[in-house]
Formats: sequence, structure tokens, C-alpha cells
Amino acid sequence: MKEKGWKDLAIGGRIDEAGCAEKFETGSWRTFRPVRDEEKCTHCLRCWIFCPDSAIEVKDGKVTGIDLDHCKGCGICEKVCPPKIHAIDMVQESELSKEE
Amino acid sequence: MKSIATKKVIVLTGNDAVAEAMRQVNPDVVPAYPITPQTELMHKFAGYVSDGDVKTELVLVESEHSAMSAAVGASAAGSRVMTATSANGLALMWEIIYIAASTRCPIVMAVVNRALSGPINIHCDHSDSMGARDAGWIQLHSENAQEVYDNVLQAVRIAEDTDVRLPAMVCLDGFIISHTIEPLEVNSDTTVQEFIGDFRPVHNLLDSDKPFTFGPLDFHDYYFEHKMPQVKAMEKAPNVIESVGIEYGKLTGREYGLIERYKTEDAERIVIALGSTCGTAKATVDDLREKGEKVGFLKIRCFRPFPVKEVREALSGARAVAVLDRSVSFGAQGGPVMMEVRSALYGETAPPIKGYIYGLGGRDINPDHIGQAFDELKDIASSGKSSDET
Ligand code: SF4
Ligand code: SF4
Repeated sequence: MKEKGWKDLAIGGRIDEAGCAEKFETGSWRTFRPVRDEEKCTHCLRCWIFCPDSAIEVKDGKVTGIDLDHCKGCGICEKVCPPKIHAIDMVQESELSKEE
Repeated sequence: MKSIATKKVIVLTGNDAVAEAMRQVNPDVVPAYPITPQTELMHKFAGYVSDGDVKTELVLVESEHSAMSAAVGASAAGSRVMTATSANGLALMWEIIYIAASTRCPIVMAVVNRALSGPINIHCDHSDSMGARDAGWIQLHSENAQEVYDNVLQAVRIAEDTDVRLPAMVCLDGFIISHTIEPLEVNSDTTVQEFIGDFRPVHNLLDSDKPFTFGPLDFHDYYFEHKMPQVKAMEKAPNVIESVGIEYGKLTGREYGLIERYKTEDAERIVIALGSTCGTAKATVDDLREKGEKVGFLKIRCFRPFPVKEVREALSGARAVAVLDRSVSFGAQGGPVMMEVRSALYGETAPPIKGYIYGLGGRDINPDHIGQAFDELKDIASSGKSSDET
């Protein structure tokens, strides 16, 4: 894609389009990855409510996965997941890549 | 536009003059946090809000960082926004003043100049606003309460002009202007409303039919490109400031330019300053002129953008120039005003320039001090040389 010149840009660094953060992958910034245990998850959706990056994927009221292209690994989902359920664990990316 | 409006003279402090101008502007949103010597200004304006004299949403925040953040948010949402601060308050806004400029929010802010800590001091110098000179804001300086009032009204027009769309600071010397009562002419409320016109928002985040992303991340691919329009807007600002100043002159009889030349036409020695010291310097020039000395004074009204062409022209006939700075730029080659003036003259057949630092932390400057500078310029003019020492 040819990059735009300064005259073609919208004023004040804004982007005249909503929700464009989706197009910008930030998942590579992560140190810890949330790993969800499908068996334990009760689909209470607390993680979905609290995730600051809207990275918890939900369909028909059920968690279907985590959008790793945008999850920054903040660990909030792990903290808000009810302790008795404890369906999410934060695992260091380097450990996972060893496994992979 | 109607010519000279009905004149009404009232007595106000500099702070009151800003509050009065703000009452007449009736901004949509004013986020504010108190700090000496600005506190009284917002106190007065808050009175207008609670008395229902303005329709402004006054947002009382927990710090200046929040005040400027709320100002940017409100401006992005499509409101006309004003605020005011001083010294350490401005310092606490630091991160967001750059964001206000880069996101092109035409916020107007009175800066009641006060020395930055430390040591802690509440009195006047220009270390606060001079530190912010590279933030991308327009900076207008005021000689007295009249100019404070006039500058605030013009700043609204300048900041919001479609060629500019940059935030603007109106600087007034803490205590010396902010707390001194002076008579000044004020315009009628209708004259002010007609002069500033309806607010045409740059951004309107609340328009859900046309959603956009405000303040996104920007890397090496576009950050540079986003700085360029800021540079260009600053380049266009002088014309706008001048034409607004002329229009305001037609309306009120008080015309404003980027600089003000006081008896400089045939002057051999010229002193340059900004802020309240301009009045003292003019009185000194009058005294020396009576003794037959060819001296003049140059006031920098607009420090950002710096009026290079006008300063060059005003100094073209001078044989020696003194620049008075009310702040220090540590480790630099003189005070901020001095460095600008000297750069403006580089490559010209320039007169020798001597820099002076004065009045830090509110120390008084009187006609004798300025007379002394004019005296020293005599030797400099005859030898054609100045020392590098400020
Ligand atoms: S780690 Fe943070 S960003 Fe990633 S899914 Fe959990 S809450 Fe969202
Ligand atoms: S908070 Fe835990 S239990 Fe609730 S939906 Fe998320 S992962 Fe499942």
C-alpha cells in the first residue's frame, strides 16, 4: 500500500473511520498469554466485560476463544475470573513457543 | 461588521478582565483547577456560572493534568473550550498541552505567568509559558489588563480560524497584571458574540452518524506527516493574527499586530521585551526622548509564532539592541526572547545585541534598570560590538 502524504491525512491525527484498532495487530507486545480451560469455564463473561482490548471472543453468550492478535497479555481476565472456577492461567509466551 | 462599538469603561484586575471576557464568550466547557495567581480568575468565572450568567459546563477536576485532559475531550466532542492556569499548574498539564496542539483542539487558555519552582515562588516571571514555547500553542503576551481582555477575545477567533485550528495561550504577568486594578474599555456582550461568531467545531465525536478515531497510535510511518500540518498551521497563523487584530481595531478602536513599535522609526538604540514590562519601557523611552536621545522600544505581542519578518524590519535601522528576558534557558545562549531575536537577524546586516535576564520570581523592574540598559547600549552602538554574556 502506498503511504499517504501529509496533505492527504485527516486533521489532528484522527482517522475518519470507527473501530480501526481492529486492523492494527498488537498481540506481539504480549509477554504472558491467557490460556483458558474450556472444561472449567462457566461462561459467566466476567473476562469479556473486563478485557480492556475486547479480545475475549463471544458467540451466542458463550466464550469461543481469545483474539491473540489483539490481546496484550495484561492478565485482567485471569484476575476477574471467579477464583473458585479459575479457568484462565497466564503463561509466559516463551514457554508456549518452546512447546509449539 | 459594525464600526466602533459603544464604549464602556470599567475597572478590573487582569484576572477579572479574563473572567469578564470569558463571561462574554460564554464557552461551552471550562475545566479548571485553582493555582495562585490564577485562582481568583476562576473564582470569578465560577460565580458567573453559578449565577447563570453563562451556560458553561464548569468541570472541577482534581489536577491540571485532568483539566487539560478534560479540555481536549470536550473540544474533541465539539465544544468551545477555555481554561486558565499558572506555573506549576501548566507544568502538570505538560503531557496534554502537546496533545491539545497535535489533535488541533482550539482551546483558549489564560496563563497567569508565575515562576516555576524551585525554589517555590508565587510571583511573576515567564519560566512557565516560555517552557511551553515548543508545545505548538499560539502565545499572545499582554502589557496590561486592557490587552488581556482584548487578547482573550482575539485568541478565540485566532485559535478557531479554519487556517489555524491550534490552541492559544494568552499570557499575563502574575500579580503585576493579574491582581492590579486598572480602568479598561469593554465591549458589549452582543459585540463580542458577533465578533467571535458561532463555534464551528473541528471535531465532533458525539456525531454518531460520522464516527472517527481520535488520538490513535502513530509510528514512524505517519508521526512525521502528522507534525507537518502543525508546522503549516503555525506558518499561516501570523496572517490570521494580523487580520483579526485589524478587524478588532475597527470594532473597538484598539488595533493589534504581531509586534508593537514604540518610537522605533528613527531610534538608534532599541530595547525589546514582552508582558507588563512594556509599559515601564515605554515610560523610559519617553523620559530619554525628552532628553533628546534617539531610543525606541519594541514589544513582542505574539511570541508563538515568532514574528521574524516584523522584528527584522523594526530593527533594521538600529545601531544596538537590548533584549529583556524574564526567564532563564539554562545552558543556552541567552534567554528565549533574546535567542529568537538574534536568530531572526542572522544573515542580515544586524546591529549588536545584548541580552538581559530580569525580574525572576517577581523581582521589580523599574525605569532606572531599563535606562541602564539604554546606557550600556551607547557603548555597544559606538564600538559595534556586544559581549556574549547575558
Ligand atoms: S490478557 Fe488482558 S488483553 Fe488479553 S484477553 Fe485477558 S484481559 Fe484481554
Ligand atoms: S471469567 Fe472465567 S469462567 Fe467467566 S467466562 Fe471468563 S474464563 Fe469463563
